[in-house]
Amino acid sequence: MDIFDLIGPVMVGPSSSHTAGAVRIGLVTRKLLGEDVKDAKIELHGSFAATAVGHGTDRALIAGLLGMQTDDERIPESFDHARDAGLSFCFSNCNLRDAHPNSVRLTVKGINGAQTCVVAASVGGGRISVRELSGMPLQFAAEYPTIIIQNDDQPGSVADVSRVLAEENINIGTFQVNRSVRGGDAIMVIECDAPIEPHIVEHIRTLSCIRKAVCINPD
Amino acid sequence: MAVFDSVKELLAACEAYVLPLWETVQSVSSQQADITKEESWDKMRYRLQVMHQACVNYDPLQHSASGLVGGDAQKVRSYYEEKRAIGGDFMGRMLSYAIMMGECNACMHRIVAAPTAGACGVIPAVLLAYADIYEASEEELIRALYVTAGFGMVIANRASISGAEAGCQAEIGSASAMAAAALVHLHGGDAVQMAHACAIALKNMMGLVCDPVAGLVEVPCVKRNAAGAMNALCAAELALAGVQSRIPCDEVIDAMRVVGDQMHADLRETGRGGIAGSPTAQAFAEKFFGN
Repeated sequence: MDIFDLIGPVMVGPSSSHTAGAVRIGLVTRKLLGEDVKDAKIELHGSFAATAVGHGTDRALIAGLLGMQTDDERIPESFDHARDAGLSFCFSNCNLRDAHPNSVRLTVKGINGAQTCVVAASVGGGRISVRELSGMPLQFAAEYPTIIIQNDDQPGSVADVSRVLAEENINIGTFQVNRSVRGGDAIMVIECDAPIEPHIVEHIRTLSCIRKAVCINPD
Repeated sequence: MAVFDSVKELLAACEAYVLPLWETVQSVSSQQADITKEESWDKMRYRLQVMHQACVNYDPLQHSASGLVGGDAQKVRSYYEEKRAIGGDFMGRMLSYAIMMGECNACMHRIVAAPTAGACGVIPAVLLAYADIYEASEEELIRALYVTAGFGMVIANRASISGAEAGCQAEIGSASAMAAAALVHLHGGDAVQMAHACAIALKNMMGLVCDPVAGLVEVPCVKRNAAGAMNALCAAELALAGVQSRIPCDEVIDAMRVVGDQMHADLRETGRGGIAGSPTAQAFAEKFFGN
């Protein structure tokens, strides 16, 4: 923990977990999609479902999807901004299995046709944890520069990606690998020490068996 | 060195660096975050400016979405401005600022979580009231914020600053203990006195439960910010007068963690126990969420 997490974050109230954390979940979802969001189906679980309106969780999620930061004073009016930006959305409640009480599932479509589905939790003090991406379990907090790669489960894919990072002199902090079935969809989550430049992600995308690669640098 | 696992370690670091406490916190934390002292100072100044700006922009006519909160800071301001406050101008201002910041938070304005959004009024209340009455410079207030961060770091590392984990003692209690140390700094006390003030403030808040009506950061949270500020003043005055905490600060913080562990889940930000469990609160919650 940093002293500026303690005297901070600077945020729009009323709750670091239910408001600031919700903005960050929206922001990370937008970055995972990789383009402006056109349509969002948002399902709230647990305490998020119970107290969303009173904490502005709904407006905070939309603000994040629009690219606003946690201290943006337009958050209370984010629904109006969504209308102006052509972002349509709907909210409902859901019951996710074994999920943190402050969890949400966002199914989003982008203006250029990209689609993704994210399950994330707000775990306290504005900090978040992404738990699922397009049906694949994973775990990252978006506090470090993070690369998320969706690929075919084939030999050599992990080595290829780590070689690119080594060539760029990027030190890997943590490395998660997961897959649906043998030889099926796979996912890599790589947390690094240095910010990830766009050309590195471009390079990774050119590797064989990589379907999608995005990076999330902390704001 | 971790930043900071004990008050004992914090005080030892001040001696080792031969620096005042605020500067020790600034040096060690900047080193750890790999930023310059100037960058750190600017980040802290921005936080002070946000606290100040929230008060400048305060709208006494605005109410929170639930309607439970709004306008009270103005009542307190008018009261002390008419010279009616029993505790005088300083306390009147402090109480007004504390409630103002809590109301700004509930009305979705920009605030600084210090250490949390629910407890965001305590530290600005003591700093801004002190600046008004004793004409402390911006520089002095920023230094005081480093003092709050130093003690807050120990509390977060040894115990908790989360109401869901350890009740309101961990939120308003922690903020009050951090603010008490800051007041001692501003009024010329030394690092040992700051530690006593921190310990005394936290002891006085021991066992305070987190019981928000309808789960919202409004009732009783906003008024508890005023209580936290008042308690910080109490602890700082005692410490500056030479009164010592009989129990070392680190042991008080550890006790707070244990009390948090012993606290029933109904009393940890679930909106079920304490004030949230009162008939009026239950009726309100039903009406609010029913709509």
